[in-house]
Amino acid sequence: MLKFPIYLDYSATTPVDPRVAARMIPWLTEHFGNPASRSHAYGWEAEAAVEEAREQVARLVNADPKEIVWTSGATESNNLAIKGAAHFYSGKGKHIITVRTEHKAVLDTFRELEREGFEATYLDPQENGLVDLDAFRAALRPDTVLVSIMFVNNEIGVIQPIAEIGEICREKGIVFHVDAAQATGKVEIDLDRLKVDLMSFSAHKTYGPKGIGALYVRRKPRIRLEAQMHGGGHERGLRSGTLATHQIVGMGEAFRIAREEMGAENERIRMLRDRLMKGLTDIEATYVNGDMEARVPHNLNISFAYVEGESLIMAIKEVAVSSGSACTSASLEPSYVLRALGRDDELAHSSIRFSIGRFTTEEEVDFTIDLLHRKIGKLRELSPLWEMVKEGVDLSTVQWAHH
Amino acid sequence: MFAPVYLDHNASAPLLESVRDAMQPWLGERFGNASSRHEYGRAARRAIDEARAQVAAAVGAHPTEVVFTSGGSEANNLFIKGAAERMKPGVIAVSAIEHPCVREPARQLVRRGWILEDIRVDVAGRARVDALHPHASLVSVMAANNETGVLQDIAAFADAARRQGAWMHTDAVQMLGKLPLDFRALGVAAMTLSAHKIGGPQGAGALIVDKRVDIEPLIAGGGHERGLRSGSENIAAIVGFGVACEHAIASLPAGREAMNAARARIEACVAALGGIVFGEAAARLPNTCYFALPGIEGETLVGKLDRAGFAVASGSACSSASPEPSRTLTAMGVAPELARGAIRVSVGRTTRSQDVEDFCGALARVAEELRGLQAMAVA
Amino acid sequence: MAYSDKLLDHYENPRNVGSFGKEDDGVGTGMVGAPACGDVMKLQIKVGPDGVIEDAKFKTYGCGSAIASSSLVTEWVKGKTLDQALEIKNTAIAEELALPPVKIHCSILAEDAIKAAVEDYRKKQGTQVAPAADAA
Repeated sequence: MLKFPIYLDYSATTPVDPRVAARMIPWLTEHFGNPASRSHAYGWEAEAAVEEAREQVARLVNADPKEIVWTSGATESNNLAIKGAAHFYSGKGKHIITVRTEHKAVLDTFRELEREGFEATYLDPQENGLVDLDAFRAALRPDTVLVSIMFVNNEIGVIQPIAEIGEICREKGIVFHVDAAQATGKVEIDLDRLKVDLMSFSAHKTYGPKGIGALYVRRKPRIRLEAQMHGGGHERGLRSGTLATHQIVGMGEAFRIAREEMGAENERIRMLRDRLMKGLTDIEATYVNGDMEARVPHNLNISFAYVEGESLIMAIKEVAVSSGSACTSASLEPSYVLRALGRDDELAHSSIRFSIGRFTTEEEVDFTIDLLHRKIGKLRELSPLWEMVKEGVDLSTVQWAHH
Repeated sequence: MFAPVYLDHNASAPLLESVRDAMQPWLGERFGNASSRHEYGRAARRAIDEARAQVAAAVGAHPTEVVFTSGGSEANNLFIKGAAERMKPGVIAVSAIEHPCVREPARQLVRRGWILEDIRVDVAGRARVDALHPHASLVSVMAANNETGVLQDIAAFADAARRQGAWMHTDAVQMLGKLPLDFRALGVAAMTLSAHKIGGPQGAGALIVDKRVDIEPLIAGGGHERGLRSGSENIAAIVGFGVACEHAIASLPAGREAMNAARARIEACVAALGGIVFGEAAARLPNTCYFALPGIEGETLVGKLDRAGFAVASGSACSSASPEPSRTLTAMGVAPELARGAIRVSVGRTTRSQDVEDFCGALARVAEELRGLQAMAVA
Repeated sequence: MAYSDKLLDHYENPRNVGSFGKEDDGVGTGMVGAPACGDVMKLQIKVGPDGVIEDAKFKTYGCGSAIASSSLVTEWVKGKTLDQALEIKNTAIAEELALPPVKIHCSILAEDAIKAAVEDYRKKQGTQVAPAADAA
């Protein structure tokens, strides 16, 4: 039995795994202590749970638990990493580099630093969404202090060459931050080998709860940060504020499950994704956005030409998907990520991100394929652009009445 | 686990059952991202809106004045650093007894050209309105102190701040749910709240803020919460916060009476043991008793009480790792030897009158034992 | 976003979808918007010898509100004279469909489509009518 709407938006957020929820509940109810309370057992047991979770998170990415700092989520981690490092090392230089296809949490933070007097370079990705290493090298300057590049893109799922970029940064002594919110449980992350100095994590993209994340801060060589939230000196002074024990426990359990199950899970998800891709690319004039090799198995981003994205979303109410990233999709703007890939605007307007996850079934995928075939057909019947294309008109030669 | 009697509600209050029930679906089948436009997302957005209305109603604010944060510390940081960032550097005045999450961000402003001025407190722990720096353009005074429970005259500070053209902020995390709290009546520009002090979950708080205050966000990226606080919303915790606020208001009259009675009983017992209650001369929260038994070390007393089955605090939770005497008591002019004896007992919703009786009995026994040891040592 | 029942009805069961031959006598074609903006509306009217719009068809590339707006105006223009059709204002369209504020531009586009179709029809008539007038 299918349950509607079918959830294919795992990159926006994931359900909390029932095993995770089961671990969290006791820490909400009977074990309610403040982990900073040093004078009684309520506090001690909460602190022990927090430390166990820290170890679970560290193990997934092969880091030392002492390198993990709790935050309220990846957005805060990105802010802390980027502003914290840029401020601390601003004496060495004020040039910072990122990519146009980063998450808003990184881009908006960069803009804030620009207003403060930093100079930012926004790299254009290649057409497949990947960073061009030569262009990256060329962008480096003697006063470059920080590079921030995401591990896995939230819209198109491509995996950036983090290992290579890390080597270059380390060689030049530049702090390298990686937003890995979309990467945990999907790609192997070995911080012992990767030359990454700071890495942001989120729980709710990996079957953990919302409202909790972490920042990896390398100890060897030691990376220093200026704290962004001050107070009681929690998290070795890097992030003050009462720790939400139940959420931390949830993130730890979610990351434990990810580590143990990601191998088998990703194979299953890849099969489903490939099935979906095959079924959808059968439709005329469809284009997959982003590289298919360097890509997480969960993601399929497709442009259906000559069909507008929002009307498509309305037409396929039975499936919950996303056009553009969740944060920006309230606006009418076409996805800035696809624009950065150099996609035509009309293609950008009709892109849909399907993201598959732990609870997706083959039946759901098959239903989705059939639904898309029907609805794309209907909307193209309605589309004057489709009609023109079928009549042999080259749309790029048409003079549109712009508003 | 063996469950000691919990008398540390000012550190964190046990979760309400109604809050747990309200949160659970949001950790289960209702998992959408509130920014998503499909039904999963829209349901989450509606839940956040409802919670925003509940929080606003609890403190007499408008829902659009509520900015959800990860907790009280973040809300305090957001206001102090965020408002200062958009102002010409000037004088920031904070009371000498503020929580570190007000004091520290205020201290950070010094590097940006601000001058930090303390507002002195009297011997009873009340911040003095006449000690407010006349040129301060940012003022922050807590509504009730977390250690002593002493109430501050926020309306008077807000009035003085307004007259000198300053923005007034109050950290009201300890006040909410224990005494009536009205954003408009206080006349402050901003107010900090926290969920886990009132039976809500850890990980949610709010800054109630007048829209005329220009604030630079602490966390950028995505433009959530009117651009003041980006990041996917922690829906379960926010829903829990809303329900906890509703409960806090509904249960306030009865709860207040029960807390008053419990505190009176404990303080009678403290007096009988020759103890000193800090801030006794001032109006205080009904649930907080901060005292010392002269000659007995606070840490020792807390440890003994813990073994006897009573969870109490020796200072504010955040700073209790440090052996330093409490800043609050130092500011009140309490001698360091006496200050080192301070322990805080804070009762709450789950405290039964029998718990209070048992605690008084245990306190008397422990005190006798410790004093006996001292007497032997002296002899 | 919550849409009105009327809007959803027009979106799910659009009226008068299709095309007339562009060169046909009595047909006026209005094409407004641009793919880059996310909306392209094609509205066609078929005008009888008495100057009354006998039929209308549309095709729209755009969001649900754009599709519903154009579907609605195909119903509204039928039976109207050209001048009456030109009196249809975007506010009436927005009101009928209860368009949310961010979608008002869809109703403006629909109004523009009517104007463009009428203009196209009149232009075509003008070029055809002129010699006849000469002869008279």
